[in-house]
This record gives sequence, C-alpha cells and structure tokens, in this order.
Amino acid sequence: MDSRRSARTVSDPKVRQVGFFTPAAPPERTCSDPPRQQDLIQPQPPSSTQVNDHSPSGDSLSPVMIPPPPHHHSDTLLRTALQVTSPKTAFSYSAKTVTIPAENDDVPSSLSPSRKVVTVRSPSSYPGVRASSVPASELTTVSVVNLPPGISEKAGGASVEVQNDRPVSSKSLKEKTSKAERRALQEAQRAAKAAAKGEGTKASSAATKVVTSANTKPSKAAKPSSQKNDGSQFAASEKKAGDRAPEKDRKKDAPHPRMQYDDTSRVEKAKKRAVVKQTEVRNRVELFRHLPQYEHGTQLPDLETKFFELDPMHHAIYKVGLQYLSGDIQGGNARCIAMFQAFKEAIKDYSTPPEKTLIRDLTARISSYVSFLIECRPLSISMGNAIKFLKNRIAKLPLALSESEAKATLMSDIDRFINEKIIVAEKVIVKHAVTKIRDGDVLLTYGASSAVEMILLHAHELGKQFRVVVVDSRPKLGGQLLLRRLVRKGLSCTYTHVNAVSCIMQEVTRVFLGASSVLSNGTVYSRVGTACVAMVAHAFRVPVLVCCEAYKFHERVQLDSICFNELGNPDAISKVRGREDINYLDGFVNRENLQLLNLVYDATPSDYVSMIITDYGMIPPTSVPVIVREYRREHLWS
Amino acid sequence: MWWRSASFILDRQQELNATVPPNPESLLLSSPPSSMADSIQNPNPNISAYYQTRAAHHAVVTSDWLAQAQAAVSIQTSEEDSSGSDGRVVPTGGGKGGDKAFSVIDEFDSWRKQPDLAEAVAAIRALAAVIRASQATTMMELEIELKKASDSLKAWDTSSISLTAGCDLFMRYVTRTSALEYEDFNSARSRLIERAEKFGEISCKARRIIAMLCQDFIFDGCTILVHGFSRVVFEVLKTAAQNKKQFRVFCTEGRPDRTGLRLSNELAKLDVPVKLLIDSAVAYTMDEVDMVLVGADGVVESGGIINMMGTYQIALVSHSMNKPVYVAAESYKFARLYPLDQKDMGPALRTIDFGVPIPSKVEVEKSARDYTPPQYLTLLFTDLGVLTPSVVSDELIQLYL
Repeated sequence: MDSRRSARTVSDPKVRQVGFFTPAAPPERTCSDPPRQQDLIQPQPPSSTQVNDHSPSGDSLSPVMIPPPPHHHSDTLLRTALQVTSPKTAFSYSAKTVTIPAENDDVPSSLSPSRKVVTVRSPSSYPGVRASSVPASELTTVSVVNLPPGISEKAGGASVEVQNDRPVSSKSLKEKTSKAERRALQEAQRAAKAAAKGEGTKASSAATKVVTSANTKPSKAAKPSSQKNDGSQFAASEKKAGDRAPEKDRKKDAPHPRMQYDDTSRVEKAKKRAVVKQTEVRNRVELFRHLPQYEHGTQLPDLETKFFELDPMHHAIYKVGLQYLSGDIQGGNARCIAMFQAFKEAIKDYSTPPEKTLIRDLTARISSYVSFLIECRPLSISMGNAIKFLKNRIAKLPLALSESEAKATLMSDIDRFINEKIIVAEKVIVKHAVTKIRDGDVLLTYGASSAVEMILLHAHELGKQFRVVVVDSRPKLGGQLLLRRLVRKGLSCTYTHVNAVSCIMQEVTRVFLGASSVLSNGTVYSRVGTACVAMVAHAFRVPVLVCCEAYKFHERVQLDSICFNELGNPDAISKVRGREDINYLDGFVNRENLQLLNLVYDATPSDYVSMIITDYGMIPPTSVPVIVREYRREHLWS
Repeated sequence: MWWRSASFILDRQQELNATVPPNPESLLLSSPPSSMADSIQNPNPNISAYYQTRAAHHAVVTSDWLAQAQAAVSIQTSEEDSSGSDGRVVPTGGGKGGDKAFSVIDEFDSWRKQPDLAEAVAAIRALAAVIRASQATTMMELEIELKKASDSLKAWDTSSISLTAGCDLFMRYVTRTSALEYEDFNSARSRLIERAEKFGEISCKARRIIAMLCQDFIFDGCTILVHGFSRVVFEVLKTAAQNKKQFRVFCTEGRPDRTGLRLSNELAKLDVPVKLLIDSAVAYTMDEVDMVLVGADGVVESGGIINMMGTYQIALVSHSMNKPVYVAAESYKFARLYPLDQKDMGPALRTIDFGVPIPSKVEVEKSARDYTPPQYLTLLFTDLGVLTPSVVSDELIQLYL
C-alpha cells in the first residue's frame, strides 16, 4: 500500500468544481483522451454523480458529501458492449452509456488506453449488471494522498476499502493526462454511473457503497466472481482483494454501515481521490484535503444555461439545487423542507415509464435528484435522514397500489414528515426549552438556529424577563438575521462576535445552541464555532442546552470535526466584504504556501453539553442512542 | 418565617380534635376543574409537605421546636379559618359525584401517615381509591377522572418528586396497558385497583431487591458514610448486618431534622458500629471512608439525584477524594425532571431551628434538598439492577415514550 501511495502522490490539492463547470475550463487535452469525450462529459449534469449514495437498498445516506468516486472499471469487467453516446442518452433511464477509462497504473496493459463505454439496458434484461458493479469497486487501487504522517497512519488500515471506489483508470490517467482530461473522465464515469442507476440497477449503488459506507450491498452473490476477475486482471490488486473481501462481507452483515465511519481514513481517502481529479488548484490545509472543496460563484450561469438540457431533472429540484448553491436556502430545517417540497413536486409530475415499476424507478429517480443536490451542496445529516425516510416509504409501498395512489401516499407521507418531524417537533422543543428559562436569565446563543429563535420568542411572549446575547462569527454572520428578528420583537439583546465569548460568558446563565445533527455518542455536529462556545460555557460552568429535532439524530459516531465536514468558500475568509483596505491577501490566494480553511461545521464533544432538547423531551447526551433506536423503530413500523 | 408553619404534630392534633374547619385543600372530584385549580392549594405553600411527612416519620423532634410550633398553631388556625372559607369548594349542583365528597388528597394524606409506605405508593393507593369511588362507566371517563385527581395531587405538593413520579407511573399504566386489554370496563377497573394494591408490595420488594444487590458492594472492614435517613439505605445496612458483614457506618447528623440521629439509633440497635458526624465533618472524615451510600428523593433524567440537603457536597468531596458514591433508590423514584443546576427545581422549603432567635434581617436558606449531578455518582442501586447514571434516562425514555 505504501509503495502505491507514494507512486501516486498528489502534489497539489485541487478544488472540486461544483457540477456545472463549462467545458471551457479544461484547456489542454492529452492524446489519450478522445476529444469527443469531453464534449460528452461536460454537459452532463452533476446529477449523475453519486447516485449510489442513495441506493434504494441503502438505508443511510452520507450527509457529508464525499465526492462521488467514479468507478466504472467495473463495467469493463462486465464485458458488456461499449459504446459512447451523447450525454443526454446517458441520462435517460432506458439506455445507459458509460464512458470508462480503463487504465491502471499497475496493469496498464490490459485495459490501458481504451476508454470503454458500457451500454447497460434495463436491469431486468441484464441481471448481471448488478453483480458486475460490485466487483468493480473492489478493483481499484490505493489512493494517493499526501497525508500528514499522523493521519496516514490511521488511514493505512482503512485505505484498502476506499480504494475500491476509485477507478483504476484514474491513477494511471493522472500521470499521463492533463487535469482537464481527468476531470472529463471522471465526469464520464459519473454519467455512466448515473445512467446505470437510472435503469434501476443497483449495481452502481453497490459500487459506491464504499464511499457512502452507508449503503447496503445489493448483490452478494455476484461478488465472488467479480473478485476473481479482479485478481486475474490486476495482479497488483490481488493482495488487496483478499483484504477487501472480508471487509466487504463485514459491511454487508453490519446492519448500519454508517458505523464504518469509525475508520475515517477510508472515507477520507475516497473523498480525497475525487478531489484530486478536480481541475481547480487551490492550496488546502492538509488535514482537510479529503473534503470536497467546492468552487463557488462561477457555476451559476452555467447551470442556468443548462436548465433546458437537463431532461431528467425536475424543475423544482433544479430550483432548489440552485438555491442551495447560491446560499439562498440555509439552515438544516429550511434545506430539508425545501428539498422535500421539491420532491413532492417531482413526485406529482412523475409517471412511471413503461415496463418499469414505480418503486424501482422512482427510487432511482430520487437518487439522481439527490445526487444533483449533493453537487450543489453536500447534504446535511438531517437531509440524509429525510431522504432515507422517503426511500423507505417508497420501498414499502404495496405493489398493488396504483400509480396515482402511490403518488398520493408518498406526497402525504412527505407532508406528514415535514409536519410531524420538523414543525411540530420544533414546537415541542420550544415547549420543553421554555421551562428552562427563568426570569433574570441571560441567554447566550450562537449563530442562527430556527429552534432557538422560536424558543426565545416564545419565552418573550410568555412574559419572561431575560436578556439575550447573540454571538456571531464571520463569514456567515447568520446571527445578525436572528438578532434582527429578536430586536424587532422587543427582546433585549447583546450582539458580539465569538472572539469576545469568554468575556461575555461571565454574565450568561444559559447557553442555547442549535445543531445540524447529534451523533450517537452525544457529539453535537453544528455550525463551526459552536464547540468553542460550548467549551467556554463549560469552563464557566454555564449549562449548555442543545436544541435539535430528533430527525437530525444520527447513529454515527464522530470524534472530531475533521473526518466529516464541509468546506466553505475559502475566499469568504480571505476577504472581508466592504473592507477594501484590508486586502493583504490579494494575489496570495493561489500561493503554494498559503492554505485557507473555511470549515462549515464542527463537532462538540458531549462532555460540554448539559442537555439535549428534542421532541422526545429533555435528555442527557448519553441517551442519544436510545432516541436513535426508538426513532428508527418508529420508521420501520410506520 | 419558620414559625408560621404548622408542624405535622399540630396537624395531627388538629385531626384528633376535629375542631379545625375542613381543610381548604379538600377536594371534590366532581367539582368543575376551574374551582379545583383554586382549591388544591397546599395549606402551607412555603413548606414542603413532603418534608413535613419525612420529619414526622424520621425526625427526632426537639422540645423547643415543638413549643414553637405550638405557639404558632393559633396563628395557623386563624389563617386557615379565613382561607378555608374562601377556598372551600362548592360542589356544583347535581353533579353526579356531589353526594359523595371524596378527596384524593385526604386519601393520600392518610396513606402518607404510614411510616413504612413510600410517598409514591401512597399516591398510587390514593389514585386507586379514586377508581373505587368513581362512578365512571367508561374507561375514558375513568381516565379523565384519574387524570384530574393525579393533577390535583401533584399540584398539591409540587415538592415531592416521588409523588409526581408515582402519579405519572400509575397514569402511564392506566393509559398504556390495561385499558386496551380488557373490553369489559368492570374487569379493567378491578384490574387497575388490584394493580394499585400490588404496588405497595412491589415497593417493599424493591427495597429487598436493592438490599440484595448492594451486598456485593459492601465488603468486610469497609466504612460507609451515609447521609440522612433513607428506608432503602437502612434496609441495605440491615441486610448487610444480618449477613454478618463487618462494616462501620458514619452517620451525618442530618441537620435540621436530624435524620442521621435516627439512623444511628436504628443501626445501634443492630449492633453495627456507628459514628455520628456533624454535617460539616464530612471532608474531615472522608479519608477513612470507603464508600458513600445515600438514598434519593428522586432520580432525575440526567441520572443525577435529588436528595436531602448536603448530598451534593458529600458527593463533591468524595469525588475529589476518589471515593465511590452509591445511590440506593427504587425505580418509582425516577422522575421526568431535568434540573440544570441547584436552583432549577421547585423549591422544597422547610423550617430550620437554629436554637436561638434569628434577627428578621438575616435570611435563612430553607431549601430542604439539593441536586447532585450524575458525574459525581458512581452507581445507582435500583430494583431494575445496578445502573450507571446514564441508564436512568434510557429507562425513563422507554417508560414514557
């Protein structure tokens, strides 16, 4: 493994572009890449990528997005017909074309130069497809990452799996081809994957499974055969194959693949790979290279122009995606509700294609939507849970149900979810939380949490006498919005930045925090800076109350905020809007020795949390697993 | 202000003499809820009824305190006279329960007087009496009636955690379990009553279970520090003594109601070596102590306990000296409460006798209990087993969700 890694070392971290960069970007193309391919690939909507995350079978979504690992060499194994088609066709669900670069550093000879396109027909026609995809994922070799020594050690164990996701081709290509090419390849692979998904094959999902690590594997039987293939084709990878097989089995057996996030390195590597392929060069902090760096700002026009080309993408989804991208919709609940509303629209307009079943096809369709949304912005954990819910509902639809009935059921399910799990849940939280506010309290909140806002307003309506300290931080300054609403309602507020939190904490009697998610070890995953506030509060012995709806709970365990996170736009921290005089970093942004880190989330250890207020009541952080368990059971039963 | 409180003894005398006008808190179930809300005021809202009972059961009553209480009785009666007339419940005319004036609270009060009966059990017995007295013909009616009764009970003494927990537990049982199983209303009703009767035994049994569980933790030659008088803790120590364990007990004095004195008396009768400490000597003696064993008024959702004043500081001291703190508590004391800090609970006030007159300018901290956060507790001995504090919440969630 080590040797490989060194061979493939990535010199520079790259910024991943969000979906829709226009073909203009890749300037030079190497010979290996057929020109036409680029054209093909570029226009393809990002939706195709990462379909797998939401395989119908897979219960859990990875909320924090790992860039989709293209692994289509699997298809090559299939020995299915290869053919290149236009991007549009790729998206259509009936027929898929996949462009596959089949190159491996280790074994360049076998599949080397050619890029194969796999045409996959509907899953029913080719049952084998499914199986094939699985092995494909396993083939891939070690990802090359420059890790800080500490991390690499950790990663070592897990890396094997990660590699699976990566297409063999990518490595070899990297050395030989230009970035543009590589990207093109990746795009193609994604498209192929998406296409496969669209057909309803689970194969693709299986392949990606590793990445999401949440997905359950659809086909077990197919595996062994595929593995053999791998071994024969790629001698180098054989050694790994042995390791992999048990690991994969373990995954299948494990009911909750999410747990695998424990070996963070694997996921990190998967992510890192994808990043490598991206075109944009940007220096990033070593520790966070595994996270996708989205390039902000430039994609929007392209997206808009693509609007009419995106056949399978429902306009409502498209709209929501753009809103995520532009930051118009922020906040866990808002994003989740917007997504569900869009899904509802899409379901309303959905009609099952001939010779398909609604359950399969709709699931695939939703998956493609989700992957599109991921392209726009990584999913939050809450959204992942919500999607899980929806897919579960789809999967549980009785077969006898007519299409219109099924659609109506689903739409009412969505409404119910929004109502029960978000709106009513928030009210219940408010009801509980208000009991913890006494006259004379000084409440501190950080950032803008909708639940906390409701709590404060409600307590004010009840006539409680209290003061609010709104702590905020650059670059989002979400607290100002909250502050505005509070002040307008007549609450007495203090506004400060997080820099001053240790000074202001002396007078505070309660800290109310929102959360993006609560993980099963009690870790609170929330807006970056929350951990800092919680720790300061803990040091001052001020109780920290975290308000979080139960649907945001996740069974995963996370010990730090490194392995899963989201990277924001680095420009946001290097520049201060409206302060042209502070331009010290102008022209330095692309310097090799400058690394900008704009994290979006952080993880607060449960030690610093006194209480979590959910719709199930007020619980200590140690009881999160109970809620997760109960919640899941509820899902299964309903 | 402490002299304003009528002591339990005075209450008893009043009952005996029957000269006192009907208690203002007496409640007619048939009365409309609005008047009920008014009527269910604890006669001495400043004083925790729970701790009065405890004092009655466990305290060593000093003569001077008695004298003071006696002196206060006249004031008290006159006040009650006036308040009684306003607060008196007028049964609504023709209400179906109007002829039979039944009060949960009276019922509860009488059960509560029994020294061996836990508060929660008394509450459940009182609720069972409600069922017996009720003329409801459907489960729903009965449920509503019970709900009212338990609400009034809870409102009557908000300071008692186990009362609240007991009411909740029984209501839970009524709404969740039995109502659905029996189509026949009468059988369901008798089943409920039977269940309520059983509960008393269960609570005694719980103590036995806890005592048995604790035996593994009491080793020969150990020194146990106890605080206050807890029936469970006493049961534990008694069992240990019966099992011929060689151990020594340090009893804190347990000011102001001196519950420690009583415990030391009881233990001395069992020939257990006892040493009495004043409450402030805890840190001084902690070196010699091997474990701290306390009871609990209530076990809250965080896994912490609410117990007699002084428990928190004992837990703090023993935590800093790395001594284990064990809590013995029956599972019906688990309450859906989550205090964040000491002040985050309904106050349970009590009288404090300093032996000398206190100038009126001097404020007196009268709170009877404190909250010990879970991080200072080692284990909880309950009839559900030996639990870590974090399991309490799990149990509660499973019980109430």
